[in-house]
Amino acid sequence: MLIELSPIDLSVAALLVLLLGSLSALMKLGITRQLYIAAARTTVQLLLIGLVLKTLFASTSLAFILLISMMMISVAGWEILSRQKRKLKVGWGLGVSTGSLFISSFLITLLCLLTVIQADPWYSPQYAIPLLGMLLGNTMTGIALGMDRLIQSAWQQRPVIEQRLMLGQSADEAVSDLRREAMRAGMIPIINSMAAAGLVSLPGMMTGQILAGAAPVEAVKYQILIMFMISSGTGLGVISVLWLISKRLFDERERLCFKRLLKEE
Amino acid sequence: MQLLQIKNLQFLHCGPISFQIKPTEIIGLSGASGSGKSRLLRALADLDDHQGEIQLDEMHQQTEIPHLWRKKIALLSAETHWWFDTLSAHFSNVDDPVLLAGLNALGFSVDCLQWDVARLSSGEKQRLGLLRLLQNKPQVLLLDEPTANLDKTNSHLFESFVAKYLSNNQACAVWVSHDAEQLARVATRCYRLEEGVLTHVD
Repeated sequence: MLIELSPIDLSVAALLVLLLGSLSALMKLGITRQLYIAAARTTVQLLLIGLVLKTLFASTSLAFILLISMMMISVAGWEILSRQKRKLKVGWGLGVSTGSLFISSFLITLLCLLTVIQADPWYSPQYAIPLLGMLLGNTMTGIALGMDRLIQSAWQQRPVIEQRLMLGQSADEAVSDLRREAMRAGMIPIINSMAAAGLVSLPGMMTGQILAGAAPVEAVKYQILIMFMISSGTGLGVISVLWLISKRLFDERERLCFKRLLKEE
Repeated sequence: MQLLQIKNLQFLHCGPISFQIKPTEIIGLSGASGSGKSRLLRALADLDDHQGEIQLDEMHQQTEIPHLWRKKIALLSAETHWWFDTLSAHFSNVDDPVLLAGLNALGFSVDCLQWDVARLSSGEKQRLGLLRLLQNKPQVLLLDEPTANLDKTNSHLFESFVAKYLSNNQACAVWVSHDAEQLARVATRCYRLEEGVLTHVD
């Protein structure tokens, strides 16, 4: 039996968020505004989706489900751009972030729905939407981290990159070390979750299924499937984003050229 | 016979600038800070946007693969950068006899290659930066105030080392310096960059 949460229960947690916000303001850490906006968004968005989820899952129209998927991808792409310390040119940035999410999340979900889950119909929303959502949520984090790391470190190490160019290295060689670091940064969250799964963390979906009465082994198999999909999706997404950005950092004469990538200050 | 030709080079407010350099020649370049000397060198190495024709023999800058061009036309910037922890990691071949001879000629012992880059002084960085650059066997050296942080003895060592490299390899150089005496010593002829115009100095 589920223990119901009262508004007072929630406000205890909300108070903690407020506390963190004030602490950050006090210590001038600069995340207060972002934290409050994100907390407000989580509340409103989850409430709204909670209300329509049943109706959404009852839908059997492929076109409608595709539309929802595209919307989810665009929002995730936009969030990736919003997390960047250095602001990218919007059109190009959105193209890259949504494009890589399309490869890393949409295509992998599609593959999984068609070959592994094989529900009837294959696009049954109660499988398709949560699956895509879990993939997007995780790859989005990886991509945002990898991208931010690469652009930030390239910006800070401009003199080193140019020095490497002066030594006759190709553009690709000149950023190879930075790209490796960025790849690591993007993959840390999912490698952490895989390494700690079961020992430190109990994945929410699996726990929920078991509590709701599913056979533990079945729930575990689903969770493993999800973990493998998320890690490969994140990896593919981060690789494609880093590749596109490191190409974009240089002009056709292999000169370091941030104005192709970033908004003019 | 490797001839570097610069025709109608334009960048920022500078130019059109034309001149040419024959093998073993050193062009001395002076001018006030901010006059565009460093930008001129960067344009020659194709690191900044510019207009004009630059060619080394039959090799045209804008049709050559950029990083191969920069191996031939090598820029030693006023400040060199080092990104690995040890010095040796920055050299493509640490057993190269030419490198070992170079270390010797510029006043280093061979085991300096094991040094941590954090302990290098700016004068050491400039000299080692030259040796690092020479591993590409460039045909043109672009030297941006290369001895700014060196004392008199080491400056002289540096000057004769460069002259020897140029004659051994039939290479040429552009040497930027604020030190008129030094330019008089090393340069075949001297130019001054002022308000975007390059003028010959006697």
